[in-house]
Amino acid sequence: MIVGEQKPLAEIKRMLAGFSKVLIVGCGTCVTVCMAGGEKEVGILASALRMSTRLDGAPIDCDEEVVQRQCEWEYIDPLGARLANYDAVLSLACGIGVQTLVQRFPNVWVVPGLNTTFLGMPPEQGVWEERCQACGECILDQTGGICPIARCSKQLLNGPCGGSQNGVCEVNPETPCAWQLIYERMTAMGKLEKLLEIQPPKNWSTARHGGPRRIIREDLRLPEDYRTA
Amino acid sequence: MNEVAHNSYKSGSNLERVLAAGHFAVTGELGPPKSHDAGVIRRKAGLLKGCVDAVNITDNQTAIVRMSSIAAGVLLIQEGMDPVIQMTCRDRNRLSMQSDLLGAAALGVKNVLCLTGDHQSFGNHPTAKNVHDLDSIQLIRMVKDMRDDNRFQCGEEIPGGGPRFFIGAAANPFGDPFEFRPYRLAKKVTAGADFIQTQLIYDIPRFREFMKRVVDMGLHEKVFILAGVGPLKSVGMAKYMRDQVPGMIVADEYIERMEAAVKHIDKADKKARAEAWQQEGIRICIEQIQQIREIEGIAGIHIMAIEWEEAIRPIVEGAGLLPRPAIQ
Repeated sequence: MIVGEQKPLAEIKRMLAGFSKVLIVGCGTCVTVCMAGGEKEVGILASALRMSTRLDGAPIDCDEEVVQRQCEWEYIDPLGARLANYDAVLSLACGIGVQTLVQRFPNVWVVPGLNTTFLGMPPEQGVWEERCQACGECILDQTGGICPIARCSKQLLNGPCGGSQNGVCEVNPETPCAWQLIYERMTAMGKLEKLLEIQPPKNWSTARHGGPRRIIREDLRLPEDYRTA
Repeated sequence: MNEVAHNSYKSGSNLERVLAAGHFAVTGELGPPKSHDAGVIRRKAGLLKGCVDAVNITDNQTAIVRMSSIAAGVLLIQEGMDPVIQMTCRDRNRLSMQSDLLGAAALGVKNVLCLTGDHQSFGNHPTAKNVHDLDSIQLIRMVKDMRDDNRFQCGEEIPGGGPRFFIGAAANPFGDPFEFRPYRLAKKVTAGADFIQTQLIYDIPRFREFMKRVVDMGLHEKVFILAGVGPLKSVGMAKYMRDQVPGMIVADEYIERMEAAVKHIDKADKKARAEAWQQEGIRICIEQIQQIREIEGIAGIHIMAIEWEEAIRPIVEGAGLLPRPAIQ
């Protein structure tokens, strides 16, 4: 899932300074699951904003809304008619949701209430960890299903580096060394010899380095006359 | 450690002295080789010596690996010339940039041109990562803070004082959105640019319009603006620049003139065609310099004769810009 984290209230208030009527729009997908921008978080944030701005003497009237997926036209289109009633929209979706709103409703001022943090999963309740960097060319077959692009601080393909000690990364003792994990897994699976091969420089053009990415599936595309936005 | 400028100069480079004295400056571009052959740099230096006030050395231009601009710059210093080293944000993070700037200063380099850099997808290592830790405007500010505040980008003090550079930046009057270009130039000036080098100009009316806005904003009084010119070498090159180089406009007038230059020459006579094109390209370039000199706010020209450094002397001479001033 896409994991996000709510911005501090003070920062959200700075972004909304000068507005008196704001619609807070949550998202029912990833950020609901990671408890950053779903229905519950929208409600709590709306209350906090109402109270805090009233105490400041510049009250913001906050309405609440949650759409199932803020990154798809069909879910956000029903918002359209209401948006003219607000000075701004505070999106509690990931950065994709914010931009989907902006692209669909070009006259509406939209600000982000979350910091979109990474692609990851919760290894336990209340903890989320990064697992994927969407590099566009998956190498998990070479590393026993543990990704050094997302989980090694130096993105090494021929690790571990000299900073791996007692199974943890030199950058943060809370972070397991990805290459320790890879080594253990490859050993356990009887595939250690695969790690002896020198991995050549990676093709980063499929990652963000090649510029913004786009996938077109002609087999799924509608005929030109039927395409929307 | 390099000598600290005890005068009002920022770096005391030849380019800075020429501009500060009010001369119409001339700089030339030199592309380092895809090899470690110092002889190439020395040969090209010989073609530029006496024709230009400073030599601008590209930094992995078009994202193709070449000899480092700083190393090539040091070879030019050995030839008694004043290098402007280009530094792009594509290949280095802020640590590497600052380290290279300290090294360049220690070796006598006094001018740096701060650039974003062409995307690596255009070059010969398209699968590489790019860095872009800083953008060009942030790089300008970092070089300025190193020089004027003796501080590294992190805020730490530089022992013994920061390296002193005359700071250059680029401007593209032909990129979009056109209306925003003068404001971006203003940001570079605010960030600390001492001189500006423009993209190659092949559309004088548009450049005039750009400069009018720049002058209206008073930017020409805060920064030395060098207009970028370069001789066309053939019709093919002109069309390539027009159609393939991002952010470039080539007026039809020049393409037509290049076509007309070989109209009466047999297509099989490639040598005669090449010579006719080269002569016309140099002629157009000289005319452009004369037109550009008339535009308010221009402090000099930067000649980019890409892999054709031989053209620089006839252009500078033809434009009546020889001899170059000698300032002590």
